[in-house]
Amino acid sequence: MKTILNVNELTKKFGPLTAVNQLSFSIEKGNVYGMLGPNGSGKSTTLGMILNVVNPTEGNFSWFGGTQSTHQALKRVGAIIERPNFYPFMTAVQNLRLVCRIKEVSQSKIEEKLELVDLLNRKHDKFKTYSLGMKQRLAIASALLNDPEILILDEPTNGLDPQGIAQVRDIIFKIAAQGTTILLASHLLDEVEKVCSHVLVLQKGKQIYFGPVTALTTDHGYFELDATDVAALKEALQNNKHIKTVEQQGALVLAYPNEALEIETLSKALTNKGIVLTHLAQKHKSLEEQFLTLTKKNKA
Amino acid sequence: MKRLFLIEFEKLRANHSSRILIGAYFILLTSIALIAAIKFDIGPIKFHLAEQGIFNFPYIWHFNAYIGAWFKIFLAVVIVSMTANEYSNKTIKQNLIDGLSKREFLHSKWMMIFSLASISTLFIFVVSLILGLIYSNYNEFSIITQDLEYLVAYFIKLMAFFGFCLFLGTAIKRSAFALGFLGIWQMFEGFCYGMLKWKSPEWLNAEDVYRIFPLNAMSNLVREPFSRLSAVRNLADQVGEQITKNTDVQLLDMLIVSAWCYIFYALTYRLLKRRDL
Repeated sequence: MKTILNVNELTKKFGPLTAVNQLSFSIEKGNVYGMLGPNGSGKSTTLGMILNVVNPTEGNFSWFGGTQSTHQALKRVGAIIERPNFYPFMTAVQNLRLVCRIKEVSQSKIEEKLELVDLLNRKHDKFKTYSLGMKQRLAIASALLNDPEILILDEPTNGLDPQGIAQVRDIIFKIAAQGTTILLASHLLDEVEKVCSHVLVLQKGKQIYFGPVTALTTDHGYFELDATDVAALKEALQNNKHIKTVEQQGALVLAYPNEALEIETLSKALTNKGIVLTHLAQKHKSLEEQFLTLTKKNKA
Repeated sequence: MKRLFLIEFEKLRANHSSRILIGAYFILLTSIALIAAIKFDIGPIKFHLAEQGIFNFPYIWHFNAYIGAWFKIFLAVVIVSMTANEYSNKTIKQNLIDGLSKREFLHSKWMMIFSLASISTLFIFVVSLILGLIYSNYNEFSIITQDLEYLVAYFIKLMAFFGFCLFLGTAIKRSAFALGFLGIWQMFEGFCYGMLKWKSPEWLNAEDVYRIFPLNAMSNLVREPFSRLSAVRNLADQVGEQITKNTDVQLLDMLIVSAWCYIFYALTYRLLKRRDL
């Protein structure tokens, strides 16, 4: 697989504070990476370093195998950072033309990208007249002008209203579906969970996990059940040797297995006991719960 | 090169206030010609400024370079604000992320400075040439081409001054404060000169030290032209005063100001390179 970015023991200190502490990871073509961490965990600083706007204190990184200088490599990257930064007195088209000149790409894609983010009808309006959601969408259009090999998004839905969040999320899905490599930094975990195949978890500048989302925890998930006779269901579950604990949550019964347990096995076992199930589902902990467990573990 | 120029040109062209200021600047430069219209006609005293010899070749090069330099503050405002706004809009950050290197960013700004200084010098040249051809008493080619070094000095002076503005805009990041600082710096130079004259030891000549201060060095490049006017000389003669002041362009001043030009460039780059955005 082709390596897009290689980060090696990257460190940034602001005076006595170590904002990013010896980060090492690599980004392969075709994957969607999530960068997780609470506010102030060093996500933006890390992105700032690989995007040439923050000077690393120690360590290094290389784009596309290190054959180009960083600023040349960045012409093949599309990135939007926390706040959309454009010239307020220029129109959308003027701003994008400038970006094309900087990236040395043709201006022929401006219309197409504005259409993608649904800004075509406002293209000749000045940037300062845009709402935050529109500004953010323009930033996405700008990042896509060069059909980037990797798209870097830092908190792309920050400060947007629910409609704006949905729009931005749709665009991200669309881009991810095209096979573009994405690095998405966010503290909104469901956002990451929906698109990412890999995650990098940061806490206070330290890397506490890097790998596939699926391997983030080794737990066996849990089952949600309901039956015509709830009492019998509970009893049968408590007597099942694969089940560790049983609890009631609202109308549903939750059963936690003590080892990997197939849904068919459980269903068969209960049917054999004459229980008629009205609901059976296997669930995994959400990324949010896993993340909280992980950060708690590392705090201790 | 062309790319860097166009990047900066597009930024400037889209900015309404910059356009107005630049327009006003060139209109004011042209308005030097209006001096020709100054006429007093009070009874027996008839005075027509254009006939006092100020538009004579080669004196006109000196005179117009000196007057024209006063208007440079208009462009200074444009340069300071186009730099400081890159910080307040955080567009410098976006430019770098989009793949402009810090050096390219600086070069695109310097190309704008170079262009503005060149156009301004060309403007002074054309305006002076036309005025001279109309009013000058001497129109021989060899006289017209004399003293053109005043225009070279004018160009270097503008470059250094705008370079200083670019540096201040980058360092201070706020247009108003940067311009304020420019004023304070001017006073600071005056203060230093005063202190030097007052307190400097025997072996240290206050004038020599003051000569290397940036704003003073720039103003030394094109010294005041009035003491060269025959009317002023006559007046001085009558009161028994001999004017011996040298108002030529000095090579040393050119070197000092060119050095400042480079220092401002290097300092600005250092600042850009070290600063996190």
